[in-house]
Amino acid sequence: MSASAKPIANARSGTGIPSARLITWWVIASEIVIFGGLLASYIMHRVAHPEWAESASHTLTWAGALNTFILLTSSLCAVLAHQAADSHDGPKAAKLLRLTALGGLIFLCVKGYEWTLDIREGFVLSSGGFWSFYYTLAGLHGLHVLAGMIIMLIVAADAAKNEELQRVECIGLYWHFVDIVWIFLFPLLYIAK
Amino acid sequence: MSTHVEHAEPGIFRKYFWSTDHKMIAMQYLFTGMAMALIGGYFAYVFRMQLGFPNQYVPGYGIVTPGRYNALVTMHGSIMIFWVAMPVLIAAFGNFLIPLMVGCDDMAFPRINRLSYQIFLLSVLVLLSSFLVKGGPFGGAWTAYPPLSAVGSYNLTPAGATLWLVAVALEFVAFLLGGINFTVTTMNSRAPGMKMYDIPLVIWMIVLASIIFMCSAGPLIAGAVMLLFDQTMSTGFFDPTRGGDPLLWQHLFWFFGHPEVYVVLLPAMGIVAEIIAVFARKKIFGYKTVLYTTWAVGFLSFVVWAHHQFVAGIDPRMANIFSITTLLISVPITEMVFLYIATLYGGSIHLDTPMLWALGFIAEFMVGGVTGIFLGSSGTDIYLHDTYFVIAHFHYTFVPIAIIAVYGGLTFWYPKMFGRMLNETLGKIHFWGTVIPFNVIFIPLFITGTAGDQRRVYSYALFAEQSRPALQHLRLTSTIALLVMLSFQLIFIFNFFWSLRNGKSAGANPWRSATLEWTVPSPPPHGNFAVMPTVYRGPYEYGLPGGADDYVPQNVPDQAFGDQNS
Repeated sequence: MSASAKPIANARSGTGIPSARLITWWVIASEIVIFGGLLASYIMHRVAHPEWAESASHTLTWAGALNTFILLTSSLCAVLAHQAADSHDGPKAAKLLRLTALGGLIFLCVKGYEWTLDIREGFVLSSGGFWSFYYTLAGLHGLHVLAGMIIMLIVAADAAKNEELQRVECIGLYWHFVDIVWIFLFPLLYIAK
Repeated sequence: MSTHVEHAEPGIFRKYFWSTDHKMIAMQYLFTGMAMALIGGYFAYVFRMQLGFPNQYVPGYGIVTPGRYNALVTMHGSIMIFWVAMPVLIAAFGNFLIPLMVGCDDMAFPRINRLSYQIFLLSVLVLLSSFLVKGGPFGGAWTAYPPLSAVGSYNLTPAGATLWLVAVALEFVAFLLGGINFTVTTMNSRAPGMKMYDIPLVIWMIVLASIIFMCSAGPLIAGAVMLLFDQTMSTGFFDPTRGGDPLLWQHLFWFFGHPEVYVVLLPAMGIVAEIIAVFARKKIFGYKTVLYTTWAVGFLSFVVWAHHQFVAGIDPRMANIFSITTLLISVPITEMVFLYIATLYGGSIHLDTPMLWALGFIAEFMVGGVTGIFLGSSGTDIYLHDTYFVIAHFHYTFVPIAIIAVYGGLTFWYPKMFGRMLNETLGKIHFWGTVIPFNVIFIPLFITGTAGDQRRVYSYALFAEQSRPALQHLRLTSTIALLVMLSFQLIFIFNFFWSLRNGKSAGANPWRSATLEWTVPSPPPHGNFAVMPTVYRGPYEYGLPGGADDYVPQNVPDQAFGDQNS
């Protein structure tokens, strides 16, 4: 199906919110429940197991802080891309989206380096309750970063041709969500020692 | 619309497997779900034969070993809920009805819709592949409690357990994609003039069910990842010896699992509402009240989950709270049933096959609801927990939902789906041949359960305290009734395929129904509406005096009918 053959259903907007933005919000809502379930499980276990603080003291706070900074900066690029798309400057939006995706790539590289150090110290997925949650939570988040980057590059390819510019805002919304999840993970996994 | 007319006829692959048309995707879900129902029904046949005729050769299967028995009951439960009730009730009816009933040409996001079915099909293939691996399919019960589900040497089906988990997770992804699409389409793509309270109840119910699913499935997806790691990467999320907690799984599972009951119940309630209004020729009594009760059910469904865990060692004070919320949720559901009965009162009732199914649903579901009171009260549940009383109770809810209401919906919308009428005589024989044996299967199980028969026992003779030979005739009655019920399904299958070619031509609106799907030809063409409709009134304007006919379709302008609009 080419872009020109979109159904009438897609163009309608009974709520006044464009369908693309509306579906993005619903995707985010369903993602909140997934991360919410995992985070709630982690917090309840963490409270019940004060001894996990010892494991937590081995996490590399500088790496987490650096990644927080990188992800927040990339979100700024996503906002600027949205602004460019709003003023119908597709190529500029595409450039900014690619910059955002680059932020995601740097984030994943830092994460990879950090995990390498963790694993060298002998802390793996099965090293205990804290480490299981640490790798599962950050791993699930990392998968979302990776998926966001791939979608973002596809959106950027269209935006460069001034097509489907409404998608720039949607992928931006998703990216902010991924960012906010990290804002929860950073204190819970790195700062709470 | 002109673009649709110019489409060349696509090839078979593109038409049947790569289509973005909501009606074709509905058919994909419907036929996949019906095929899975055959497998689930076959498993029920095998393990009921084992219980009726212990340790004897089962025709068409062979000898049932203890391990195989566990796998059979696990797969029966999983398949019937995740791969029959969900795809047929929500995905098949949702896909077929939503664009037609809200008056648009397709889903808002047709390619996401196609992706939803493809992921669902993948989940089916993963599940079926688990039948072929070493150890066979998962045998740790559809609730998959750890440590039984987490440790291969306990459940004896390590490969099957992992494949089951992956299949369930994929199925959830499929329904998240589908449900989000349903929700956005209904919110945004309605015909001009269709206000919030002009939406037919079945659409409301399918969308609310999708939202409930969306809000409840997340924790179980997270739990599935954790259980997967426990199974395959030696983590200890649910292992108490390593700081984990097996109760956590029960919370994550039932936080999804109980709302799931309402996820499948609501579409069934919606289907029944549509049928009752049409065949009683009467406006739904208290349309808005039905919706308010639905919202109340949706909210309450999130605060009842721990009533599944009364004997799992939760705090007794918590058990009290969950007893109260569980009894509370029966209030809005009962209200909804009262409203349906009030709709019947004073109506001009036509007992066509769909109406029989709708009335059967109300009668049978009430038995399920009333027996739930015993299980929702923590005191009685301690005695009845894990007995056949529980089995009989939830089959009195799930069979009306996934079998009776689905047959109601299928017989009602069959003319719209395929352009021909089903045979009425065969339909009525099939109805009575299903509903009577259904009661004969499960009423004896209430009795054996109250007498203490534990569920998931492969052979009672092997356990002295469980043997109770005096109950064997009841177990046997249940098995024979199942054989009768299953054999009557052949009549439906015959009727379904025979009528595709030989049924009476249906015309656009054989039931004289007022909702939008009946204003287009049967089956509806690609793009559905030749002229996109505008809506002028609610969906249930029946039994009107004075006009040429006793109903007004939603898309007929007011002036054509004087002051009859509400």
